[in-house]
Amino acid sequence: MPLSVSNTAQPDPALVALNRFGLGARPGDEFGKIAGDARGYLKAELTQPDIALISTDDPANAGLLDSTAAIQASMAANAERKAARERLPAASMVPAVTDAPPGTAETAAPRPAMPPVEADIYRADAQARFNKALGAGAGFVERLVGFWSNHFCVSVAKGQLVRACAGAFEREAIRPFVLGRFADMLLAVEHHPAMLFYLDNQQSIGPDSRAGKRRGRGLNENLAREILELHTLGVGSGYAQADVTSFAGMLTGWTMAGRKGRLGEPGSFVFNANAHQPGEAMLLGKTYAAGGMGQAEAALNDIASHAATARHIATKLARHFIADDPPPAAVDRLAEAFAKTDGDLRALALALIDMPEAWSTPLSKLRSPFDYVVAVRRAIGPSAGNEPQRTLRWLRALGEPLWQPPGPNGFSDRTENWASAEGLKTRLDIAWQAARQASDIGNPNDMLATLVGASASAETREAIARAESKEQGLALLLMAPEFQRR
Amino acid sequence: MSLLCETPNPSRRAVLMTGGALFAWAYLPRFARAADSHDPRLIVIVLRGALDGLSTVGPVGDPDYAGLHGDIALSLSGANAALPLDPFFAVNPAMPVFARLFRAGQAAVVHAAATGYRDRSHFDGQDVLESGLPGPGNATTGWLNRALASLPAGDRVAKAGGLAIGPSTPLVIRGAAPVLGWAPQALPTPGDALAERVLDLYNHRDPVLAAALQKGLDADRMAMSGELDGKTMKPKGGLDNAAGMRQSAQGAAKLMAADDGPRIAALAFDGWDTHVNEGGATGRLANLLGGLDGAFAEFEKGLGERWQDTAIVAVTEFGRTARINGTVGTDHGTGTVVLLAGGAIKGGRVVADWPGLKPAQLYEGRDLAPTSDVRAVLKGLLADQFGLSAAVLGDKVFPESAAVKPMRDLVV
Repeated sequence: MPLSVSNTAQPDPALVALNRFGLGARPGDEFGKIAGDARGYLKAELTQPDIALISTDDPANAGLLDSTAAIQASMAANAERKAARERLPAASMVPAVTDAPPGTAETAAPRPAMPPVEADIYRADAQARFNKALGAGAGFVERLVGFWSNHFCVSVAKGQLVRACAGAFEREAIRPFVLGRFADMLLAVEHHPAMLFYLDNQQSIGPDSRAGKRRGRGLNENLAREILELHTLGVGSGYAQADVTSFAGMLTGWTMAGRKGRLGEPGSFVFNANAHQPGEAMLLGKTYAAGGMGQAEAALNDIASHAATARHIATKLARHFIADDPPPAAVDRLAEAFAKTDGDLRALALALIDMPEAWSTPLSKLRSPFDYVVAVRRAIGPSAGNEPQRTLRWLRALGEPLWQPPGPNGFSDRTENWASAEGLKTRLDIAWQAARQASDIGNPNDMLATLVGASASAETREAIARAESKEQGLALLLMAPEFQRR
Repeated sequence: MSLLCETPNPSRRAVLMTGGALFAWAYLPRFARAADSHDPRLIVIVLRGALDGLSTVGPVGDPDYAGLHGDIALSLSGANAALPLDPFFAVNPAMPVFARLFRAGQAAVVHAAATGYRDRSHFDGQDVLESGLPGPGNATTGWLNRALASLPAGDRVAKAGGLAIGPSTPLVIRGAAPVLGWAPQALPTPGDALAERVLDLYNHRDPVLAAALQKGLDADRMAMSGELDGKTMKPKGGLDNAAGMRQSAQGAAKLMAADDGPRIAALAFDGWDTHVNEGGATGRLANLLGGLDGAFAEFEKGLGERWQDTAIVAVTEFGRTARINGTVGTDHGTGTVVLLAGGAIKGGRVVADWPGLKPAQLYEGRDLAPTSDVRAVLKGLLADQFGLSAAVLGDKVFPESAAVKPMRDLVV
């Protein structure tokens, strides 16, 4: 799909800061002041200590569980559900002592109401993520969190266990490192039970390991392949099927302790030496000595700083923050920064802010569904609507359900994927619903100045000025190209 | 249906054309029902995640099959016996509709098929499958859209445009030819007044968004008419479960059955990446296959008399390993099946140059070796349904594929 012909002028620096890099303006943001020092405004956010973290020490987040506790809760709930299922048919086998007509026993037995523990945990984490996005200043760091969370995605569609710990995974393996080192994030992600479970590594067993010989089970290549293809080097960067198989062997034994705790604290990461494929192994022409868990860790550290990884990450970052087909010079500079700083993600964030292309490229990307619904909520402030369910429903309708991408490559970061007929129609429905539920709508013309600033087009101004109601005016503003594009 | 009644507005049209994504459908006169009785339709279902062809249509007559596919191999005996198609092949028991259509001569299988892609990345594999290009890359258009764009301008099929089902448009049908998008959903809808105002603003400021929104509104109105109201179509989830697949097909069939509706549609169903506990005759894969089978049933029912002219083809990016892996699933492989159904299909046949499953016969010692090219099947359908020439198919629709000859006689 060709790019829009609109927005071809040099974009307003405040819109670049708030929309391209951030999560959108809030009433009270001072456009003129931001435009005066847009780069400084973004950089200031990077200096705030622990800005990316969601701390469970904060009373507002008191309900959040760490991944071990979340997984244990899911394991317990799962055991209870299983027991209940087994009780049911057993109960209906009891010979009837009453005169009830045949066939009623089954329908009369009520299904026990199962508290959906995992859904509660998921909703609490969703609420914390939305709150963080709504409360952020520019929101550049939250955008980085979203970027990395999508790069290293897990999906709650995998099962209840991932539903319970997807939020904890992001808090534990992504947030602490978004302004840290790439290698540290990579190691935290690949050690995390959510990822090991999502990509099946917890079941992968070295064929020549003690467990492999005893149980006759073997390798599962899924995690190894996606680490190479999606997390680090990128597809077509020169690894072969033999590398995937060998790396899968190195990763055997990386697993999660089960409910009975034979290997360790249930739900926590453990290295199970019994399942680990023994011996040295080869990856990308380098031999890794036998060394238990350290073998795959050494390999991960090597591929984290590989030139193909630098280019892969640089391309994705530039695509996310600049354009679907990013300027090659911008990709080159980001890749150089990655290589020179050994994957310092704060340095990459600063390099992005300093990219001339980020400030000159037209705002031609469409906000992703998450960025769009957050921008809507930041714009309208507190409003009626049952949260977080309403926002979760919006995301689902727009095709980007939270922590539920269609595959391990995450959600698309290209405009054509979101600028679909169905997507736009759904945005219209959401804009209308949000406008009707907004509790205190001021004059939509003033809101336009607050949210889009002086660069709003004459047509947008006119459409809003001519709206037949405040609600309609606000919905038009939330649908305006200046609000959709970034 | 008021979809095609809009009065042409030259200035608006000019704006749209500068955007390059001209949506001409709304400006064309309503065309009458086809004068002749033949009014072909083509539905492409993309199964994303790599379908295990050996668990879908099992070569139960191959002496090496049961050993390789282990606990998940299909079998003609036992509680969930596979449904025999011929003395050698049997279909998964989760697909009784497909088996019935096969017996009635309205469904066929092409086995041991693959695209030209020989690596094992889902995302590159899907790119190649959907773009129709010889290799992966930054593809922005799909072969089905280019086929549509290659039809003569006045052609009935070209005029009707394509139909994309789901919240985002599958790559296979993206491109210059107009495409209508639709997905079942249930949010309160704004009145026409707001929609018209937003459209007007987009027409002045953002033609790409204008075209997309116009299509979304058109599709919504069309699907909402008749018995397909918001309630019956409320989705129970994404397109990776049986109910979602069935509902998508139900909606698509309604849109396509209309005399002025699209003749060509694309759907994408997710969830086929069965690395762990894949299941055979029952279980995870069988549930998904049941959803696909339900989609066939909905198309048969919803298309009514148009079923006679319809060809449905279900394709996937590649197959899975012939031998089950260490976790009772299968890893990424190569050869797999193409499923064909519809009244237009010359069915009752499994088309296969069977490569065998002995170690030396497997591709790279692990996968079902491909002996048919998926593109040959797709070319054959496009040639027989819409009269596209081998030259156009080998050049524009599937670039650089002249050597892959269309598979003939797939259509009645």
